Amino acid sequence: MTLFEIMDILDAKCLVGRKQLNMEVETAFSADLLSDVLAFAKAGSLLLTGLTNPQIVRTASILDIAAIILVRGKIAPDETLRMADELEIPMLSTRYILFETSGRLFMNGIKGCVERVGSDTYVTL
Amino acid sequence: MNLSYENSFEIQGGNFKKAGDISVQIKKVLQNLGVPRAILRRVAIAVYESEINIISYANKGIIHIQVSPETVSIEAEDEGPGIENIELAMRAGYSTATDKIREMGFGAGMGIPNIINCSDTFNITSEVNKGTHLTMIIQLTNNQEEKN
Ligand SMILES: Nc1ncnc2c1ncn2[C@@H]1O[C@H](COP(=O)(O)OP(=O)(O)O)[C@@H](O)[C@H]1O
Ligand SMILES: [Mg+2]
Repeated sequence: MTLFEIMDILDAKCLVGRKQLNMEVETAFSADLLSDVLAFAKAGSLLLTGLTNPQIVRTASILDIAAIILVRGKIAPDETLRMADELEIPMLSTRYILFETSGRLFMNGIKGCVERVGSDTYVTL
Repeated sequence: MNLSYENSFEIQGGNFKKAGDISVQIKKVLQNLGVPRAILRRVAIAVYESEINIISYANKGIIHIQVSPETVSIEAEDEGPGIENIELAMRAGYSTATDKIREMGFGAGMGIPNIINCSDTFNITSEVNKGTHLTMIIQLTNNQEEKN
């Protein structure tokens, strides 16, 4: 699915990366915790998040995340937008909440980049 | 591929605004050197988690990176509080992160486990009230299994 189609499904605005909207994506990861993004998100996936600090862009860049979708109507500060522009990571913004955003994409064929974590992810003392 | 590169980067503890800056730089350099994508990603994650930890917990530190045709070696060495119980710190989910760190989106206790997951060889030594030293090696050759 292209970012164009995703914008349509999510009634989203493009904040950064107007020229990259033909990009195709098939998987996504949703989280408001960058630690979990770093541990579980896969290259080429969308990142759906309510975070807006510059670290989301750096994290996306480190992980080869395809594009970032800000949920709950979040508008990122200029610093974040500038970084996304510089690192060439498209950024969209939708007013749907994280659950709705994920659900609407899933209904349209976007899958989680991992279905669930391994049973050995957390070991207790 | 003629892979050869060596450099050191200084990191200031508490400089949250810059968190990740050096990792993004290093990733770019290695990408230009021609390091394969899947390996590049593992190196970048290991460097990023190390950088975030130095900024989050230490006074200052250095990340040293060395690329040869066979391996990427990363050393992350800091002056800081050190780690009292290394075994505990290595566990997924264990964290002493402050509100400031959590506000940024970090502090789930997944950093060191993620570094271990991305490295072919990992070593950590730490001395309380002195500092922490991580060594991470990622093989460029004979790397059949896709990690991460
Ligand atoms: N460089 C360091 N200096 C001192 N303590 C550290 C350092 N790196 C990690 N730690 C300790 O180990 C814990 C686990 O680290 P990590 O796995 O990266 O998770 P997180 O940073 O999310 O807490 C930290 O909460 C901290 O107590
Ligand atoms: Mg950490």
